[in-house]
Amino acid sequence: MPGIRTLFKLLLIYFLLAGQSARAEMTIEIVGGGASKHAIAVVPFKDETTRMREALTPIIRSDLELSGVFRMVDGSAIANVPVEPVDIRYPLWQAAGAQSIAIGKVEAVAGGQVKVSFRLMDLAQKKQLTSGEFTVTPDRSREVAHTIADMIYEAITGQKGIFNTRVVYVLKSGRNYMLQVGLITDVDSNRAQTILRSKEPIISPSWSPDGRYLAYVSFESKKPVVWVQDLATGQRRAVANFKGSNSAPAWSPDGSKLAVVLTTTGNSQIYLVNTLGGAPRRISYSDGIDTEPTFTPDGSQIYFVSDRTGGPQIYRMAVSGGAAQRVTWQGNYNVSPRVSPDGRTLTFIRRESGRFRVMAQDLTTGDVRALSDSGYNERPSFAPNGRMVLYASDTGGKSVLYATTLDGSSKVRLAVINGEVQDPSWGPFNNPQ
Amino acid sequence: MNWKQLVLGTATVTLLAACASTKPAAVTSNTAPAATANQGVAPADTGSSNQGQLNADPLHDPNSPLSKRSVYFDFDSSTVKSSDKPTVEAHAGYLKDHADRKVIIQGNTDSRGSREYNLGLGQRRAESVKRSLEVLGVKDSQVEAVSLGKEKPKATGNTEADFAENRRADILYNGE
Repeated sequence: MPGIRTLFKLLLIYFLLAGQSARAEMTIEIVGGGASKHAIAVVPFKDETTRMREALTPIIRSDLELSGVFRMVDGSAIANVPVEPVDIRYPLWQAAGAQSIAIGKVEAVAGGQVKVSFRLMDLAQKKQLTSGEFTVTPDRSREVAHTIADMIYEAITGQKGIFNTRVVYVLKSGRNYMLQVGLITDVDSNRAQTILRSKEPIISPSWSPDGRYLAYVSFESKKPVVWVQDLATGQRRAVANFKGSNSAPAWSPDGSKLAVVLTTTGNSQIYLVNTLGGAPRRISYSDGIDTEPTFTPDGSQIYFVSDRTGGPQIYRMAVSGGAAQRVTWQGNYNVSPRVSPDGRTLTFIRRESGRFRVMAQDLTTGDVRALSDSGYNERPSFAPNGRMVLYASDTGGKSVLYATTLDGSSKVRLAVINGEVQDPSWGPFNNPQ
Repeated sequence: MNWKQLVLGTATVTLLAACASTKPAAVTSNTAPAATANQGVAPADTGSSNQGQLNADPLHDPNSPLSKRSVYFDFDSSTVKSSDKPTVEAHAGYLKDHADRKVIIQGNTDSRGSREYNLGLGQRRAESVKRSLEVLGVKDSQVEAVSLGKEKPKATGNTEADFAENRRADILYNGE
């Protein structure tokens, strides 16, 4: 009864799609453009549509565009679809403005697997920049495509690619809160995983440096409590549940400690707790609110927010103790600091004439520039390669995720259709599967 | 009532894993500490009151100042206003007479901006109510000040009246 079987399959696909559409749907959209982007042509790989579940090159192009570093050269009007380097008609692609070209093919191999091969060629020098071969099952299109995009990105920029790194955010949908994790490149396509679901708020998710755990604040027991959850097993435990409020977890770079905010003294102050348990050690001393701690990449300093002199400003102090130094001097409301992986740049939110903008401050020169212009933005975090900043933005009652390059010249919008996206954080390189 | 939602919320917290690479996070005893974590608050007593007859409990008598559970604040302030002092005094008197009773004070804010900084601002309001109770003789062990920051606004509109409603600390008794 092949007819019925086909119908059943179609129904199954329909139900799978229907199930997915209830979840967060995001789409990548370029909302800004930089001037000096690398022009690349990504030629459709031979047999990618018939031999893979999903064609590879559209994913590769989308990834490269997300980075803000690349401009896609449209090859559809060029009478040349090269598969091997010998097929490339260099003058045609150079005339179209391309600086490099990616080519490839998908071949069937034994055991129902496929072999994906690709090469990246420099058009001016007619030289191979990188290449790769992957023998996989046909359903692993996205994984292979993200890996190829990482290799192309690294070959062109000399920096590690971020197309296989993850982000966490809280999705508020009606009165439900969902802590979700997804690849930065796949939050657009219903692939995010829900790690925790609650009827009470969840805020401030923070990645462990190895990417295996998330710390977050949950209000499920009428007050804020800091939890750590193992992403692989789903096991979780309260790591800061003292009298009063417990919040703002931040991991030390070696993963052994969490900086948290406790209120046992009657005001919000910063403490260190061992991730394996033990008594908290107070490290900030003020009469005001000290909160939003974040470690420098070398683990020696903590940047944090304090209103000890009035409005909230960003300060820095040694983890070992000593006086805090004020870091932000412009504006009367500077919050949510994060330090870049190279330790040179601070990103934070500044409130200014009703706007909450993402700022970047050069920690050597003190120069500050805005990375976002309008609306209500929250909680910026750096990509693990330091090249982009992720933040949530609420424009006209709808919240979305943005990724911007560090010069603010290129922004990618990861649009959310159902619900509000809150408190995003970009994860580390390590991605245990 | 707010506490019904809160307790319902506690009961319906579930862990969920959608995909193969994240193993299902079973709801096991490891979620229990959260529900009972806070010593000041026991699961809801929805039927009978542990004070005896419901209508005899001054906490639920609409004619008693104890039925007022909210303290309001001015913009950018954590000072208990004189208009709310009778509420605080009534609860202080009750807590001194009932040393077995405990309260949790939840501070709230109206502001936009950093969730964590707002948590600090809400804490400041809750601590202000706590100190007022303690000045009136309530024991530290009977009061826990916590913050909900801007996460659970009672009023969701954008009028000044909505903002004023959210600049608030609520007094919840154990068993509520």
